[in-house]
Amino acid sequence: MGSSNSTKKPAKARPKTKRKASKKTKRKATKKIKPKTSKKTKPEVAETKPEVAETKIEVAETKPEVAETKPEVVETKPEVAEKQVPEKKPTEDLPKFEKSIADRIVSSFGTKAEIGYIRPNRIRINTKKEDIVEIAKYIRDELKFDHAESVSGVDYPDSKEIEVVYHLGSYTDPQLSKQILTLATRVPREDVPNPGKDNTRMSSLRDVFFSVEFHERECFEMLGVFFEGHPDNRRLLLPEDWADLPPLRKDFRIKGR
Amino acid sequence: MTTQFPPGIQLEKEDERIMTLNIGPQHPGSGHMRLIIKVDGDYIVSCDPDPGYVHRGEEKMAEHRNYLLNIPHLERPVIHDSCNILYPYCLAVEELLGTEVPERAKYIRVIASELNRCVYTMYWLGIYGIFLGHSTMFMWPMADRELLIDLLEAMTGARVTHSFFIPGGVRNDVPPNFEDRVLRQLSYFEKRLKEYEDIFYQNPVLKSRTEGTGILSREDAIRLGVTGSVLRSAGVDFDLRKKEPYDVYDNIDFETQVLKEGDSYARSRVPYLDMLESCNIIRDALTKMPTSGSVRVKLKPNPKGSADEVYRRVESGRGSLGMYLVSNGTPQPYRLKISVGSFRNIICLPYLLKGELLGNMPAVYWSLNYWPVEADR
Repeated sequence: MGSSNSTKKPAKARPKTKRKASKKTKRKATKKIKPKTSKKTKPEVAETKPEVAETKIEVAETKPEVAETKPEVVETKPEVAEKQVPEKKPTEDLPKFEKSIADRIVSSFGTKAEIGYIRPNRIRINTKKEDIVEIAKYIRDELKFDHAESVSGVDYPDSKEIEVVYHLGSYTDPQLSKQILTLATRVPREDVPNPGKDNTRMSSLRDVFFSVEFHERECFEMLGVFFEGHPDNRRLLLPEDWADLPPLRKDFRIKGR
Repeated sequence: MTTQFPPGIQLEKEDERIMTLNIGPQHPGSGHMRLIIKVDGDYIVSCDPDPGYVHRGEEKMAEHRNYLLNIPHLERPVIHDSCNILYPYCLAVEELLGTEVPERAKYIRVIASELNRCVYTMYWLGIYGIFLGHSTMFMWPMADRELLIDLLEAMTGARVTHSFFIPGGVRNDVPPNFEDRVLRQLSYFEKRLKEYEDIFYQNPVLKSRTEGTGILSREDAIRLGVTGSVLRSAGVDFDLRKKEPYDVYDNIDFETQVLKEGDSYARSRVPYLDMLESCNIIRDALTKMPTSGSVRVKLKPNPKGSADEVYRRVESGRGSLGMYLVSNGTPQPYRLKISVGSFRNIICLPYLLKGELLGNMPAVYWSLNYWPVEADR
């Protein structure tokens, strides 16, 4: 026992020294980026990497921002991604019921609908803004999704786009009560917005899902996405004389931050 | 004339017979919200809800704080139900970071969120009572909810705004002898709830004002996408605790409360039945809870999520409460959308009030289980 303890002690001590060293090197790295530091920080980064590797394909636009803020992480990224993506690729893990729903949409619309991800109880379908009404009608009539839980806009100033995301659910079909179908599309974004009059517009889903009425009004005022065919495109939460940028855009700054 | 205004502002021509009333935002009968109501004599012709007077920009604020700093301000929209509004946020962050919550913490979460649901519903019941002219129903719930608040204070350290749920578990363990204290309070609470039944729900004056007013049919409820007690009072069996069980709700025996009438009386009765069911849930959770174990997984300081998106939802006191969290790999959320039951339920107000007597407006409006601050976020 004594001998085993003696062998373990240095082993335990090693990571501590490594951590200290890595902290020091990190601080140094802010002043001068040394090639050695990337090797030492590797094990820490590798722990959190597998999740990043999964999602890389889905949200590709956010990459450049990460690259700007953390140059160290980017150095190790490609290596980890190459190792782990092929391991997780087999489609057998995908939940069957969710996959059958997604396959029905893709088989009837082909390239118009693209699967974002399939996870337990969650499906994401990406589409173009021209096709969204057609696909939404199919989802309502054939797949029995009957209401919208939320409509959110996400601003991506780097790719000059705003993503409009519909979360659809079902009350009528007990099989679907767990499911949330995420239907996402992208609309062009203009640097100087003129809500209601510029190019940031898409056709409203209000005739398909009646419950999006207030959600789309909120999305219009908060991100400046104009919904064509919506009968009531007034402001909802913001004051009527609001003359600033739509507040949930990334270039709208909070004072003091 | 209307073309000169931006789409945010539109003016309408008035008929000579029709009069426009502004109810709120200062009027206590409308909460922190304005109802633009047009009346023909005593009958409501149209109603235009105008929320936004307590809009605080929680979603924008969340983009500038990291995952842990977001906790205190995210519970501000519903301070009485703060555990339930933090629940989907914690579930979403845990899914994003890949954190597994200890078993004991899951049961403590269930107990805390059910106690919170009762505290919120008692507050709402008091307001509902006073707006129907039933002063006793204002006094009693306000007094009785203090006992539940005492329990939560012993548990979390604060009367309201507990900040108790954190990603990775709950902030601290329950105090010693907590179980005995909860059981004692619950038996008193249930005894009181039965008295409420006699004095309020079987009251002929209340029944005459609420039964048959503001009827929402099953088809309309589904089409309008309402949620929570409004949905379940219209005959739709949909409770997320049963349908999409989160944490340990699938281990717990309870029943979903559904009524078929869809009028104001049914809408006001479903939250009451929920409170009775919450007592059963808490008892069941106390018996099944592991007696020891950790209640919290320590996260790294300033944790970073992977570049991903998550949508999680729970059943709050006002219905489904969902959070859509988009991360780009930085310590702050890239976007946090909060989809609340109150906001989803006001869509049916114009349809319920059309053709109704103006005097019935509070009965219909408050039966929606609506919390203006939460709707505005």
